[in-house]
Amino acid sequence: MANEAVTTEQYNYDIVRSFTIMTIVWGVLGMLVGVYIASELAWPFMNFDIAAITFGRLRPVHTTLVVFGFGGSALFATSYYVVQRTCQVRLWGTGLAKFTFWGWQLSVGLAAISYMMGYTQAREYAEMVWPIDLLIAVTWVSYLVVFVMTLVNRSQPHIYVANWFFISFILATALLHIFNNMAVPVSMFSLESYSLHAGVQDAMTQWWYGHNAVGFFLTAAFLGMMYYFIPKHVGRPIYSYRLSIIHFWALIFLYMWVGAHHLHWTALPDWTSTLAATFSIMLLLPSWGGMINGIMTLSGAWDRLRSDPVVRFMIVSLSFYGMSTFEGPLMSLKSVNALSHYTDWTVGHVHSGALGWVAMITFGSLYHLIPRLWGTKMYSEKMIFAHFWLATIGIVLYISALWVAGIGQGLMLRAFDEYGNLAYTFIESVSFLHTPYVVRTIGGLFFLTGMIIMAYNVFMTIRKGRVEGAALDAKLAAKLANA
Amino acid sequence: MIEWLTWFTSMENTKPFVLVLFFITFVGIIMYVYTGRKRSERLESYKNIPLTEDEGEQSTHPEEANK
Repeated sequence: MANEAVTTEQYNYDIVRSFTIMTIVWGVLGMLVGVYIASELAWPFMNFDIAAITFGRLRPVHTTLVVFGFGGSALFATSYYVVQRTCQVRLWGTGLAKFTFWGWQLSVGLAAISYMMGYTQAREYAEMVWPIDLLIAVTWVSYLVVFVMTLVNRSQPHIYVANWFFISFILATALLHIFNNMAVPVSMFSLESYSLHAGVQDAMTQWWYGHNAVGFFLTAAFLGMMYYFIPKHVGRPIYSYRLSIIHFWALIFLYMWVGAHHLHWTALPDWTSTLAATFSIMLLLPSWGGMINGIMTLSGAWDRLRSDPVVRFMIVSLSFYGMSTFEGPLMSLKSVNALSHYTDWTVGHVHSGALGWVAMITFGSLYHLIPRLWGTKMYSEKMIFAHFWLATIGIVLYISALWVAGIGQGLMLRAFDEYGNLAYTFIESVSFLHTPYVVRTIGGLFFLTGMIIMAYNVFMTIRKGRVEGAALDAKLAAKLANA
Repeated sequence: MIEWLTWFTSMENTKPFVLVLFFITFVGIIMYVYTGRKRSERLESYKNIPLTEDEGEQSTHPEEANK
């Protein structure tokens, strides 16, 4: 424990521990809600005629808990850890950092409750009503201050590339959140509000926010995680530091322009659609550059794949990063989008990124981080292996089911008979979806089971760490008393 | 004096201008990163930052922990 005492004094690990625990809590809850709403789609009776648990209300609960609760807490935890380690300085502003923790948890919790009560501003991934938006804005600016001040106080002259990704994510998210949520409340004591934007500009603003939430929150930030935890865990430096610099700047230059690909074939001007599709195709280059940089880091340590489940999580996450960043540009082409839009292919694509990339790199990073935070080894390595296989099988079932669902649905909605009439009624396309929806639910169940196993493993690890710590402290105290 | 600034108020001017500006900046970054042997060596040396942290902790990986 002596070592831990030194590092605890040097770095603020308390805040990292708090966010890590909440990552697991929100992960279990968010994925549980996800499986429940997937079941509602397969078996609609599960709505039970209770308004609070209908698909429409629980869907934003699911996205908020997994994206902001699970993903957001993981990013707070890892960014606070990485910035301290790579700058070799203690986190600036202990009190303010604690405020970011409570502000964030409160925002996520209140958002979930308000959705179930029927309060939403109906902007995708930004359904929170205006008072919660204000709380998020204050929390986020505090996060920016804590992070920047830690960078300013650094002992290491160079700012490691992972921190570049983190800071771009914090800055971009602040911009996106503030501009997307500009609204006029109906009254001081009402949770309802009117958006400041109107018509097609409102749609454009929403998808500028929506896609950049994917780009900066779910991509750039998790790349920051990747650039620290993969080299750290395998004990090999990143394959090319210069490639990571190009990766960063290319990603930052290109991402901001692609949101309009969510609005192909709508009232949006055609040039805007074309611009978004063009930039989406260009994004393939930095995305794959980053993936190759991560994979090549493992070159020479491939044998670890046999014995180390954490490396497996990392390599699978990179593979899914590569796959979903290929699928995304493909779906952004207007001709492909004409088939894929408004179908479950989109939902499958999002989940190959969210489960395959975001969740898998988070699991890998947390399995590296947790033993170090609590000064012990993971309670069970077998459970990590089980988690890995459950998660991987779950994702494969999920996305293949939704490829079948989405492509089938798209083809049915576009089919004409020889007289030029629609070949299928809408309800026929809905019946067709039943089997893929059942398979998707099973895939989600696999993923959720893995998450629950992780939660148990982490709980036991923390307990083990505390018991070992207390025993060591007692030993040390006895030694000092005898001296 | 500010007349030349009105040139920027037209989207037909600012769009290609910004495109050229960003493109040149990006090419500049690539040239900066990939030219100069000493600079390349210096940039590549930063990749070791996560590995040279002072940490008195053991790997949780069984093979490494036994070393």
